[in-house]
Amino acid sequence: MGESSELVGRTRPGATPPRPRGAPPGFSLAFDRIRCDGRGYCAELLPEKVRLDEWGYPIATPGPVPQHLLDHARRAVSACPMLALRLVEAPSSR
Amino acid sequence: MSGSWFLSGPAPREGAETGRAHIQRLGAPSLTGAALIEALERSGLRGRGGAGFPVSRKWRSVAERRGPRVVLANGAEGEPLSSKDRVLMRHRPHLVLDGAVLAASAVGARQVVLYIGREHFDAAEAMLRALAERPPRERRRFRVLRAPVGYVSGEETAAVHFVNRGIALPTSTPPRPFEAGVGGRPTLVQNVESLASVALIARLGDGWFRDHGTLLITVTGSVGRPGVFEVPLGTPLGEAVERSGGRSHAIQALLVGGYFGGWIGAGEAWNLPLHPDRLREAGRSLGCGVVAALPASACGVAATAGIAGYLAEQSVRQCGPCVFGLGAIAAALGRLADGWPEPHDLVRLERWSAELPGRGACRHPDGAAGLVRSALTVFDEDFRLHQARRGCMMDRRPVAAGAA
Repeated sequence: MGESSELVGRTRPGATPPRPRGAPPGFSLAFDRIRCDGRGYCAELLPEKVRLDEWGYPIATPGPVPQHLLDHARRAVSACPMLALRLVEAPSSR
Repeated sequence: MSGSWFLSGPAPREGAETGRAHIQRLGAPSLTGAALIEALERSGLRGRGGAGFPVSRKWRSVAERRGPRVVLANGAEGEPLSSKDRVLMRHRPHLVLDGAVLAASAVGARQVVLYIGREHFDAAEAMLRALAERPPRERRRFRVLRAPVGYVSGEETAAVHFVNRGIALPTSTPPRPFEAGVGGRPTLVQNVESLASVALIARLGDGWFRDHGTLLITVTGSVGRPGVFEVPLGTPLGEAVERSGGRSHAIQALLVGGYFGGWIGAGEAWNLPLHPDRLREAGRSLGCGVVAALPASACGVAATAGIAGYLAEQSVRQCGPCVFGLGAIAAALGRLADGWPEPHDLVRLERWSAELPGRGACRHPDGAAGLVRSALTVFDEDFRLHQARRGCMMDRRPVAAGAA
């Protein structure tokens, strides 16, 4: 998990509840809307989850990122020039 | 008015209730600490700032944290139609102070910040005087800060940001204030009316609140006597409007909850209870307790365009969707209201208002989108007429311009 946990981004202690042992890790996209500048890399790299509005700002489909898209999601996270995208271990789609 | 607790006691023209009169009227709080949090849970009290989050859950989430904690009493009432917070602070400052002190001891905070809107002159003066009447060891825990004017200044992360760095702009979450707030410490941000409710529950118990609890509302718009009223929880909206001198046949819709609330057609609204849970069950929101009556003679499209224009102006321009999305919504509404829409403005409004929620650091865009969606439903026919450029002979006054 060395590389991936780095890309998963820093979560603050207590921010996410501990996951029951054995349950599959559900990850969802979290945008820092203040940092986001509408560069659009996320929609380019993860079109299954992210599209852009008329002004170039991302709209994510709700719910966790499906297992088979996680690598693409990590790529989108690391490609964001504004560091505005993270994967978090919580059912969020903000 | 019967069942009056916040505003019973000395008449408003007598100014703020003194500490002595306050104690004579209500006595000292009997519930504190963990027992108080349990009573708050049983009472079902929800926050009165607008979001309606259960108060006991908020307190627990701060109490469970380690290290020094902070209470921030939020008296920055940025909602243009609301005045209940400043009326409460101006007339019953000791109830707010009691609530803040009770909160501090229950969640384990030494420090209390009073955050009061800069434009609420009388309220701030009354709070400062009341503070001067409190015993020194209590007084020392308080800091009073004046919030900058602005719709978003009272948002909880903006309030924390202002205390920390003098910048009343929302910040990205996490961390939420209960995780890291004032000085990086876990912080309870609670609206002043919520705190005053706590001060009453700590004396009269949760059973009292469930059966006889009250809330403060601001009734405005097309009514005879606009103002702040204390009503029992569950009072039908129509009754509240009638008490303020409004007449059902002269009113077409109510704006409930404030600018981030929603329109409800008068027929449907009249029997809805003013109760956070009941309104929630009906898919509505009590918001900050604003009830604004739109006269039958007014244009709902124009009234909504006015509010959306204000909300777009009040965007603090940090997040793209709020700057551009909300800006576009306000512009399209303005074109529709003026009778010169672009061909697909109505369709765009539907889509943009559905796409906006959840896409800002704070809930400002969510509130605006909710308001617009409610307008599209309630004033559906008017919107279609405006899109078809049929013109509109209705009154274009803003919603709070006064009685028709």
